[in-house]
Amino acid sequence: MLSDKDRIFTNLYGWESFSLKSAQKRGDWDNTKAILKKGRDWIIDEMKTSGLRGRGGAGFPTGLKWSFMPKKSDGKPHYLVINADESEPGTCKDRDILRNDPHKLIEGALIAGFAMGAHSAYIYVRGEFYNESSSLSKAINEAYAAGLLGKNAAGSGWDFDIIVHRGAGAYICGEETALIESIEGKKGQPRNKPPFPAMAGLYSCPTTVNNVETIAVVPTILRRGGAWFSGLGRDDKNAGTKLFCISGHVENPCNVEEEMGIPLRDLIEKHAGGVRGGWNNLLAIIPGGSSTPMLPKSTCDTIRMDFDSLREVGTGLGTAGIIVMDKSTDIIEAISRLSHFYMHESCGQCTPCREGTGWIYRIMKRMVVGNASVEEIDQLFDITKGIEGQTICALGDAAAWPVQGLIKHFRHEMEHRIMEYRKEAA
Amino acid sequence: MKKPFDLHADYQPESFEFNKKFKKSVKEAIERYPSGRQQSAVMPLLDLAQRQIAEEGAASNPIYGGWIPKAAMDHIAGLLDMPPVKVYEVVSFYSMYNTAPVGKYLVQFCSTTPCWLNGSNDIITATKDHLGVGVGETTPDGRFTLMEVECLGACVNAPMVQINDDYYEDLTPDNMREVLNSLSEDLKPTIGSQTGRKASMPACGPTCLSDQAKKAKVV
Repeated sequence: MLSDKDRIFTNLYGWESFSLKSAQKRGDWDNTKAILKKGRDWIIDEMKTSGLRGRGGAGFPTGLKWSFMPKKSDGKPHYLVINADESEPGTCKDRDILRNDPHKLIEGALIAGFAMGAHSAYIYVRGEFYNESSSLSKAINEAYAAGLLGKNAAGSGWDFDIIVHRGAGAYICGEETALIESIEGKKGQPRNKPPFPAMAGLYSCPTTVNNVETIAVVPTILRRGGAWFSGLGRDDKNAGTKLFCISGHVENPCNVEEEMGIPLRDLIEKHAGGVRGGWNNLLAIIPGGSSTPMLPKSTCDTIRMDFDSLREVGTGLGTAGIIVMDKSTDIIEAISRLSHFYMHESCGQCTPCREGTGWIYRIMKRMVVGNASVEEIDQLFDITKGIEGQTICALGDAAAWPVQGLIKHFRHEMEHRIMEYRKEAA
Repeated sequence: MKKPFDLHADYQPESFEFNKKFKKSVKEAIERYPSGRQQSAVMPLLDLAQRQIAEEGAASNPIYGGWIPKAAMDHIAGLLDMPPVKVYEVVSFYSMYNTAPVGKYLVQFCSTTPCWLNGSNDIITATKDHLGVGVGETTPDGRFTLMEVECLGACVNAPMVQINDDYYEDLTPDNMREVLNSLSEDLKPTIGSQTGRKASMPACGPTCLSDQAKKAKVV
């Protein structure tokens, strides 16, 4: 369990103002100049020491990612792009940072931008977060007025600008290259990689895309030291603290910052008041946003919430948006809702995903009532395999995995539903 | 689902121009991006056009909400030196641009799994019954349009809806009806949680940050 003294997001719930003055009282912007004075290499090394892995879902080591940016500019500007297009079902953590702790993000952007040689950062906020992006913009304006952004930002000698770009309702723009396309004023359709954004990203310039939470924890890590952060959590590869979102059938759904590797059961029982009707009433959970395959209760009993523990059981930490489902849940319909989501959000670029997500949803809709044959369960599985790995971006995989998880753990339920439907029809 | 995108519909006005107030924001939006990259401003400009139409709609009789006529898309294409079709592409790709007139209050129900698990269907039914229109429809007075959308990213405050720019969270059929009643009279209901809880904190009270909680008097 994380103790209060090790929490980074001390205004997660917005008990205090998000203003610069309040943020400074909480320790933000405390001699940022001194951090920048230590130089790019020191910052990147310290980030590597911290063991921080990207908080947007893929879990790529942050320090390593930054080191991919060219050391010297060939005349093209470098860009930092911050992904605040939070749309993964089950996930609502970045929203709290944007509205309650925006200065952590802004200070982090300056430090990260400096470390990768960028003079500007674009923060891409999902369009629906209108009030959140207004708070963020207010905070940015305060930072400009106080000399913390703009020319000679925070007295460091480094010029740095932040531009807020609002999205307009497209889940796919959370994919880093789709997000870049969207900033360029186009449809948000992912690009082929390579070239990777570190070589040719925004406006064909070297670009690094990081999640809001990743950037927002940077100032605290550098102030307290990479070793402090890596000392928290399960091990070096699953280090530090993490914002968890606990939604669905729990007594008290909430967001909370906890230590990486906390047992799922402790997390739910300590912070979310437990599963409705008690732990034994648990049916399954989705551990890291809708894209990650579900876990049945038997695994939930002992699983720890970190990248590698979850990977070992065939799922992932993703964004750490935990969706809890108790025994009253129609699990087939719960997943069919997600299939609808992916059908709606497919950008239409790759045929397997554009067509396949629709096929999946239409079969799933029949599976909900049982109007299908048992063989179609295998066919459904085949379709998911025909999408997975066959598309430019990971949305195809994300559409496939929840259904695969359903078939893996609840095939008996699907077969039972089909038998019941036949009995009634006869 | 998206409303039909019909460039030749009879509701399309002949012309569109940004008014004085919005012209200033348009200029600021274009200047935010590097020179020669003015196409980046297409999304902010579309948003501004929709907001200007919403302001006009609120003051007209009958009332209506924000949407983007073809004339506005063409105007923006001219401002940004883009082929009009590139603007149409952007408009039809993103779900927040309304391509046909809507009600003054666009009620968007989140019905993705976390909201669905917590009763979003009951909220949709209660709203439909209360207003007497279905999803995808507008009330005859032009005040409310109902829409079902995908995850709005407030999952721990489920079920929730977005009405214009604001989120209303921790809904029950009763407090949803209260929100609708307030909007019927153009009052401003409290945004965010409808049960009074602060942001994403557990409803029973905080489980961490005890010093901060004491200072903020939330315990």
